[in-house]
Amino acid sequence: MPQPVTTLVQQTLNALQVGSVYALIALGYTMVYGILTMINFAHGDIFMVSTYLGFFAAAWLLGLALNMPLLVIFLSTLLLAMIGTATLAVIIERVAYKPLRQAPRISAVITALGVGIFLENFTLAVIGPEPRTIPPLFPLVNLNLSGVFVSTIQIVIIGVSVIVMIILDTIVRRSMTGMAMRAISFDKTIVPLMGVPVDRIISATFALGSAIAAVGGILYGMAYQLDPYMGIRIGWWAFISAVVGGIGNIRGAMIGGYILGFVEIFTPVFLPSSTYRDFVAFSLLLLLLVFRPTGILGRPIVQKV
Amino acid sequence: MLKKILAILLALTMVGMALAGCGPTGGPSEVRIGVNAELTGGIPVVGASCKNAATMAVNEVNDAGGLEVGGTKYKVTLFVQDNEDKAESSAAVAQKLITQNNVLALVGANASRNAIPAAAIAEDAKVPMISPWSTNPKTTEAKKYVFRACFIDPFQGRVVAKFAMDQLKAKKAAVLYDVASEYNKGIAEFFKKTFEEAGGQVVSFETYTTGDKDFSSQLTKIKNAGPDVLFLPNYYSEVPLQVQQAHKLGLTIPVVGSDSWGSEELIKLGGKDMEGLFFSTHYAPDIAAPVAKKFIDGYKAKYGSTPDDVAALTYDSFGLLFQAIKSAGKLDRQAVRDALAKIPSYEGVTGKMQFKEGSGDPIKSAVILQIKEGKFTYFSTAAP
Repeated sequence: MPQPVTTLVQQTLNALQVGSVYALIALGYTMVYGILTMINFAHGDIFMVSTYLGFFAAAWLLGLALNMPLLVIFLSTLLLAMIGTATLAVIIERVAYKPLRQAPRISAVITALGVGIFLENFTLAVIGPEPRTIPPLFPLVNLNLSGVFVSTIQIVIIGVSVIVMIILDTIVRRSMTGMAMRAISFDKTIVPLMGVPVDRIISATFALGSAIAAVGGILYGMAYQLDPYMGIRIGWWAFISAVVGGIGNIRGAMIGGYILGFVEIFTPVFLPSSTYRDFVAFSLLLLLLVFRPTGILGRPIVQKV
Repeated sequence: MLKKILAILLALTMVGMALAGCGPTGGPSEVRIGVNAELTGGIPVVGASCKNAATMAVNEVNDAGGLEVGGTKYKVTLFVQDNEDKAESSAAVAQKLITQNNVLALVGANASRNAIPAAAIAEDAKVPMISPWSTNPKTTEAKKYVFRACFIDPFQGRVVAKFAMDQLKAKKAAVLYDVASEYNKGIAEFFKKTFEEAGGQVVSFETYTTGDKDFSSQLTKIKNAGPDVLFLPNYYSEVPLQVQQAHKLGLTIPVVGSDSWGSEELIKLGGKDMEGLFFSTHYAPDIAAPVAKKFIDGYKAKYGSTPDDVAALTYDSFGLLFQAIKSAGKLDRQAVRDALAKIPSYEGVTGKMQFKEGSGDPIKSAVILQIKEGKFTYFSTAAP
């Protein structure tokens, strides 16, 4: 392949890798917003905690030396981290957000920021500031496809993300819980009167959203590094992804995640410095808020009288 | 009315008493030294090494009965504060150590992005400050009270550029650096300047921002430019990711680095991807002189690891400071500053050094280390 083509393919792969992680985290923002019209700013830090849970789960499973195949270890690590993160998110919802459900929305948002800061500093105090990496749980191989380099970790990140997104989409569209979620986000006053257990559905939403973030967290932790403050920047980018895609809309969050992945990778390609990344991302957010405040796939807000 | 006056008088007396309580009353009974270190944030190993070496230096003096100044022996008290590896916290820490803890002198901050704002505070307050590890020229530039224990980046940039050309036979170089950090930006530019002056070509000069974890876009661009060598003047916590991502993209040219690589954490995080790479730094523990040997053994016994360059330079900073306080003969900030500037020649763990006339920068040499079998190994020395 000629060089411009290989470069384009290579950068597209890079963008898909980054975008997959943003999309997985953006889903958590969008689901919670959909059901509670509240932005859970602690979500980036919940993602951070999930990477640490994955780190310890992987280290523990590898340390047991049970001669399990790596695939089993990988799946068990995923499962442990997903359960742990989901439990954490449900506890956070019960302790910090539920008492504020009738309070002005700004109170809940400020509480969420507080929870995020708590998680960062708690991790810092208990685990320490040293950066860490999740040990590879599958063979790391670099494939050279006529000039385009693809690593197994890249394939796993993109593949697993797409599978998780398809599963989530099916849950939300086909299952009873998913139907209840959509119903609550459609109308918060009538649906409880129909006998839908609102508290349980809200917990399920938090659990599902953070379990997906945990998948992103483990994939991220194997490709990059973990540190207690990692959730801040990724959280912001995922939040922008959710807004760009149309906050409250699940497919929108997936599209938004990949758009932001392309912004991250292609900004330094076309502009002289990668420093323009945040500038481009936040400009995109501003432009969208001006011209299409509901995002790409968001429904227009109808004031019910 | 009378009540009001009484209340104001009472308030004033209380303020007066509070001020008297923390101010020096009738001459200090101890030598107070403040340490401004990166204990948390992006480069925590730097802060830990700095704190460890500082504690060790102070304990050695206190165990010997204290520091002899003008005929009296004083105990040395250390105040260690965390600057979170943030410029604004570093300035606040320096301010706090000076006004609240009333220190005689400051050691740290270490990273240039933190040392530069702290230096401005020390200069304004006329408090002597030594940065162990900040190599950016701006730290001491046009300042009378700020010193450092390390060489500066124009020199280091030249050493690395020369090494890349002479030893690695590189003609085309690429650089990837953190544009939001003073140290990285400074040395990247000095490297580019000397490499081009020597007839080389910098074919790619890419940037990122502190906290970025994905460098694939920039590395793909670098790969397309076809360089012979890649220079990564970035901190030990980021370099392994950059090297690993370069390898994943099929970019396998030699990589060189600078003194910000010098923590063993680099090898722990980077594993076999770091094997065979070179970087310039302040000292080589494996060919240590007797002075250094004693320090290395003591440090190993106390903390269980080989001291990195930050630890060695912090220890030397304290050595310089103690010598200056002794020759000043009194616990006075101005006198200590003057004595520090006049130290003729100091033989430290990181070699012989002497402050340049009218400047806080010492003249000293650099070493090139190679990562071999997971260890930092001495490769060559570059004289000043």
